[in-house]
Amino acid sequence: MTALLEVSGLYKTFGTGEAATRVLRGLSLTLAEGEMAALLGPSGSGKSTLLTILGTLMKPTSGSYTMLGQDLVAAEDRALTEFRNRHIGFVFQFHNLLPDFTALENVIFPTAVREGRETATARARGRDLLVRMGLENRVNFPSANLSGGQKQRVAVARALMNQPELVLADEPTGNLDRESAMQVMELIAEINRDEGTTFLISTHDEKIASLCRRQIVVGDGLVTG
Amino acid sequence: MLYALKIATRYLTASKAQTALLVLGVAVGVFIFIFMSALIGGLAEFILSRTVGDISHVTIEAEDPDPAVLVGGDGHVLAAIERGRLRTATLSEAATYIPLIEAVPGVVAVSPQISGAGFLARGAQVEQVSVTGLEPGRESAILNLRGYMVEGSERVGSGVIVLGETLADELSLRLGQTVRLQSSTGALAVLTVGGIYDTGNGMIDGSSVYVSLPTARTLFALPQGVTRIEIKLTDLNAADATALRIAALTGLDAVPWTDGAEQLMEALDAQAQTGYFLKSFALVTIVIGVASALLLSTYRRRPEIGIMRAMGAGRGFVIFVFVTQGALVGLMGGLSGAALGYLALLPFPSRDAFEAGTLPMDITQGSYGLAITLTVIGAILASILPARSAARVDPVTAIGQ
Ligand SMILES: Nc1ncnc2c1ncn2[C@@H]1O[C@H](COP(=O)(O)OP(=O)(O)OP(=O)(O)O)[C@@H](O)[C@H]1O
Ligand SMILES: [Mg+2]
Repeated sequence: MTALLEVSGLYKTFGTGEAATRVLRGLSLTLAEGEMAALLGPSGSGKSTLLTILGTLMKPTSGSYTMLGQDLVAAEDRALTEFRNRHIGFVFQFHNLLPDFTALENVIFPTAVREGRETATARARGRDLLVRMGLENRVNFPSANLSGGQKQRVAVARALMNQPELVLADEPTGNLDRESAMQVMELIAEINRDEGTTFLISTHDEKIASLCRRQIVVGDGLVTG
Repeated sequence: MLYALKIATRYLTASKAQTALLVLGVAVGVFIFIFMSALIGGLAEFILSRTVGDISHVTIEAEDPDPAVLVGGDGHVLAAIERGRLRTATLSEAATYIPLIEAVPGVVAVSPQISGAGFLARGAQVEQVSVTGLEPGRESAILNLRGYMVEGSERVGSGVIVLGETLADELSLRLGQTVRLQSSTGALAVLTVGGIYDTGNGMIDGSSVYVSLPTARTLFALPQGVTRIEIKLTDLNAADATALRIAALTGLDAVPWTDGAEQLMEALDAQAQTGYFLKSFALVTIVIGVASALLLSTYRRRPEIGIMRAMGAGRGFVIFVFVTQGALVGLMGGLSGAALGYLALLPFPSRDAFEAGTLPMDITQGSYGLAITLTVIGAILASILPARSAARVDPVTAIGQ
């Protein structure tokens, strides 16, 4: 199993002096290609913080982070934007979709923004992904009018659009009822199995976590299990 | 950046009422800009046509030549020259200059004239008049005599005199009656009244008379040459430059109408300045309106901007999306404001039909292209600040983990 990403000695402190919050304190973690891992830990333990650092949306205070052989701590904004676009997909808990765009337009955004336009190829792939997510009759639906579960499935489709090696999902099912949550998780598991995409999914839900082959628990700024 | 354009248009069409209001605000600013341009331009046109429309734009007057110094000697010669009353200064080679002047670009008409003082007498009644000899057939070259005729015709044939209504009343003269004209040199001519005009200008109506150039030649004993050449231009404002050009070409002393019209020029200048001031205000309002609306929009769309950034949209892309919105708002507001301005100016009389008491709006001076261009540029500048703030949005806090 080759390592997809490796972080070591990761520190993240918010604020300074008295008000400083030391969230990550020397955390180390390795994710292998094709893994499907759950990220667990009490509220405020730093799950979201870790995911944003792994997603290159935020820099750690110190520590190293390499993915696909690239040093992502030293890289600049432009390079990181490009890297994210090609190699990392995101699914967030809230505020996931662009409300003024249709489901399909949302899905193909990562490709369109890179190519500067919406190509027929991208549209075809976006439609395939939506069909795969069971949304064949919602392709050209305004995303603002989708249900919560449908929105998250569109978000998963979008995260997969550029065939990234890694998908980071921060409580993707946190807002959904059990049935929708299970549906989303099953789709994720299916993609992971069929395409070998690595998933790291933060959750408070043991049941959701149990669907992942690996459980990573954070506490006190470190991986505790 | 076609894709950024798509997103920008989608953002604008997503909140239609808001966009419509913003475009309307811009349009009102453009409307004011155009209205002010048409008003200031029309006003200047109106004032100029009322004051200098009927006068010569460039005038060449004969100069009295310095008398030759007969006694040669060392040092300076101080001479007190008394102006002769009988000798009239002449432009003796006028005939050779006229084709030259006519060929100068911007010259519409050239009118060689012989002028002098005289007395108009009918029976025992005598009036002092200023006599101008005009080329027959080109009487209206400078002063639009034809347009002011109330009786008869402006044509100055041989033995014909054309005079103003006030003067005609003064001497109880009617069309076709004869009158005696004696020049300051003593020559006498008996002339028939061929036409009576009313220009509204007291001087011209009360004490000017027009005769033919040959008649004036006899009256003022000028076998050749003229005393004055009046020149009319297509563009009033080109008088200074054209006068210089004519002077260089002919060596004559060509004087533009603006010499001695400083007060008028200053007034027009002040008026134009006021116009610029008001138009700048209109533009500033547009810029502030667009900037604040877009700033609000970037704030409202922070989460979306965060998502786009997370999905791989660069800062440049985000900037482009918002600057494009500004440009589109400017373009739509500019076009609709210009259309609105044009429609609002349509009911006003054209510049040839300006009347006292109404606003002299000149629809042709609305500066429509300039208004639209400046508005688009202003809106783009206005969107730079919001666009930059959008590009600086931190995806992490915007997405609100
Ligand atoms: N931008 C920030 N500024 C200051 N403190 C922050 C910031 N972001 C996170 N924190 C703090 O860091 C700690 C970890 O937050 P984080 O969101 O990573 O926790 P979490 O494990 O995702 O919690 P939850 O399960 O509730 O989502 C919290 O105490 C939080 O208040
Ligand atoms: Mg969290």
